[in-house]
Amino acid sequence: MVNEKITTVQQINVHTIPTKKYKTNTLVWKMKAPLAKETVTLRALLPYVLQSGTTEHPSAKELRTYLDELYGATLNVDLSKKGENHIITIRIDVANEVFLQEKTPLLEKALQLLADIVLRPALENGRFVSEIVDQEKRALKQRIQAVYDDKMRYANLRLIQEMCKEEPYALHINGELEDVDGITAEQLFQYYQKTLSEDEIDLYVIGDVQEETVLQAVISHFSMPTRTTRPSGGTKVAHKAPEKVNEVIEKQDIKQGKLNIGYRTNVTYDDDDYYALQMFNGIFGGFSHSKLFINVREKASLAYYAASRLESHKGLLMVMSGIEPSNYEKARQIIEKQMEAMKNGDFTEEEIEQTKAVIRNQLLETIDTPRGLVEVLYHNVVSERKRPFEEWLSGTDRVTREDIVRVASKVELDTIYFLTGMEGAE
Amino acid sequence: MEKMVYEQLQEQLFYEKMENGLDVYILPKKGFNKTYATFTTNYGSVDNQFVPLGKTEMKRVPDGIAHFLEHKLFEKEDGDVFQQFSKQGASANAFTSFTRTAYLFSSTANVEKNLETLLDFVQSPYFSDKTVEKEKGIIGQEIRMYDDNPDWRVYFGAIESMYHNHPVKIDIAGTVESIAHITKELLYECYETFYHPSNMLLFVVGPVDEQKIMQQIRDNQAKKSFPKAREVERFVYKEPSEIAEKKKVIPMHVQTNKCFVAIKDPSVPPDGEEKLVHELAFNVLLDYLFGKSSPHYERLYRLGLIDETFMYDYTEEREFGFAMVGGDTSDADRLSEEVKQILLSFSIDTVKNEELERVKKKKIGAFLRSLNSPEYIANQFTRYAFNGVSLFDVVPALQSLTMEQIGDIAKQCFHESQIAICQVVPKEKK
Repeated sequence: MVNEKITTVQQINVHTIPTKKYKTNTLVWKMKAPLAKETVTLRALLPYVLQSGTTEHPSAKELRTYLDELYGATLNVDLSKKGENHIITIRIDVANEVFLQEKTPLLEKALQLLADIVLRPALENGRFVSEIVDQEKRALKQRIQAVYDDKMRYANLRLIQEMCKEEPYALHINGELEDVDGITAEQLFQYYQKTLSEDEIDLYVIGDVQEETVLQAVISHFSMPTRTTRPSGGTKVAHKAPEKVNEVIEKQDIKQGKLNIGYRTNVTYDDDDYYALQMFNGIFGGFSHSKLFINVREKASLAYYAASRLESHKGLLMVMSGIEPSNYEKARQIIEKQMEAMKNGDFTEEEIEQTKAVIRNQLLETIDTPRGLVEVLYHNVVSERKRPFEEWLSGTDRVTREDIVRVASKVELDTIYFLTGMEGAE
Repeated sequence: MEKMVYEQLQEQLFYEKMENGLDVYILPKKGFNKTYATFTTNYGSVDNQFVPLGKTEMKRVPDGIAHFLEHKLFEKEDGDVFQQFSKQGASANAFTSFTRTAYLFSSTANVEKNLETLLDFVQSPYFSDKTVEKEKGIIGQEIRMYDDNPDWRVYFGAIESMYHNHPVKIDIAGTVESIAHITKELLYECYETFYHPSNMLLFVVGPVDEQKIMQQIRDNQAKKSFPKAREVERFVYKEPSEIAEKKKVIPMHVQTNKCFVAIKDPSVPPDGEEKLVHELAFNVLLDYLFGKSSPHYERLYRLGLIDETFMYDYTEEREFGFAMVGGDTSDADRLSEEVKQILLSFSIDTVKNEELERVKKKKIGAFLRSLNSPEYIANQFTRYAFNGVSLFDVVPALQSLTMEQIGDIAKQCFHESQIAICQVVPKEKK
């Protein structure tokens, strides 16, 4: 179903996935390092500086003009957090020339461009161009601040900050506002060199491609510095058992309250119980047939959205819902009752079957997009547990009621966070 | 069944009009797991005055009713349809836009069952007083969620500033007050008027056998009876071609300023080929002016006036069209002024042919990329079809765009009288 070939060249793990499904070819470059206070902001800034210019195309404008020339190839960067890892992603998506009148070797050019972006950035006096760094510092500050204006994201961020106070996981992928100003072009460049020699690097190439061609291109364009890799595999996550439930209420001038609840699942991607946890989440709040959707939204009519999601590498389960501020107690009770029901095994065979069918569907749909496919496969890099795609399907299939109840018994309430309006909730 | 072949894109599209008037399109996509189907009616939030089926007089219905109806259609006497879809391993959804209401599912198994469910649930309404009342709470929360969302507020505020009378200025979901007036009788009336098969389009894209699927749809439709098809009579709003209000400022509890410069298009062509060319020309012009490789983008970015949230986009529907340019900014007034000046001082004579060609290349690449997405194909194909054009004509139309066509857009739209500004700014701290 998924034909992934992995070969390490130049100390880059190259994953080739040949398929004729798409009209484009996709390159995804991933760099992984532990999440840490000292580096989080530098790391948040780095990919944006890299995408602003190369030796060959030394400004963002020149680089973007070149991308347009390559039939509007897209270049995106982003950051993410998987467990206690901080991951940089750089993507290039380029048209497959088979569908064009003009036959330019676009994939080869895109690979070369990616190599230029990660290995041959625009420099002045042997460090990053200070003007670029300054611009990107400003943009980073705006990005950090933007979270405060999106109340859904904000509530989620605040829950994690409260819940994981003592853990690296509380750090935000975009870094710390107060650390941005102090970063110099020099310091960032040193950090960049360090990431090239120490980060775990994975390159995914998806599309109408041959492994040999890809490897040849990687060998000729990616000349990596000598590397001193950290021990590979996952960074061990810090578990902190809740001593007592932490309740945080915050007020802002808003109309809709955001009730977000965090649980510790004590199960991560590495565990045998991982599939059962996925099933648990599906029945509890993952889908539109789940207990949260039905009881909070459909039956009590309290919310437009009421759902839960997992952070599998960290072992967290987060409930989120948007409610009338005055309905706080009511909504909270309904949510807690659904959790009780899960722990008591109060769900039907039908709910189990339904959830299996939907998870299976979701998995198959995810791998229909190049981006989704990479995200599924990258779990294997982050974790010590390697799961071929087919095992995701069979593993879910095998989950029994007992497995789900066993997982439910491990789930512990940790933090309740409520963002509410200026009046009400009293 | 008609077959259309697009050599260059390596796609084949199948079409048939059912006896009851329903348009059906099937695009087989080998290699994909997912089948995606949309069942769409040519009815959206702007259709708030019309002659109900069987009546002769225009009727004004409460704001937000098309969207409310979308929610309610999922509920049946014996429970809701989401359940049935998920039992069949599918995920279902729906959305309401200004001019369309679409119901959809995507699934990687039981495609035929899911398709049957989709056709049947959309074609068998069941509304009760009790469930209508209950839905008011849920939609009330949906409206509140958007009230707190500054991106939505600034976008919609910009639309409000452009239009005097046209209901495009009314929020798709309506207001908590307007939806209070919705009853099951009103829902039935809207349903019967707009959900006639002759006003709808079904699009199926995925690894399907077109013969089998088409036969299934024929059989399904033949089982049902509908009144004779009738053209829906919609109220034609008199809308001045100029904007209604130059500038709107919305104070909110935010940290970042948001700003949109909106351009009201006084020259939207009637449905057909010309409409497609007009839309593409507008988009190419915006891309030339504000794309990441444009001189303006670079300057505004360097000045710190824009960041990666900066966007531009042109919306063209039945009888209206507008463009939006903007995003988060450190200085909303300065950004408004800069964007306005870029528009007002533009002259097509300064555009070099190679620059135009580059933008076209970029658009062609973007179009190819969007064909990776079944969602994009189904949704956009339907939108174009309702406007009397075909999605698969985009590449040839792009290739043949001329400097003159692009210059015309600027001539018609880039005037003070067509430009409105909307900003969201941080509320003064008490």
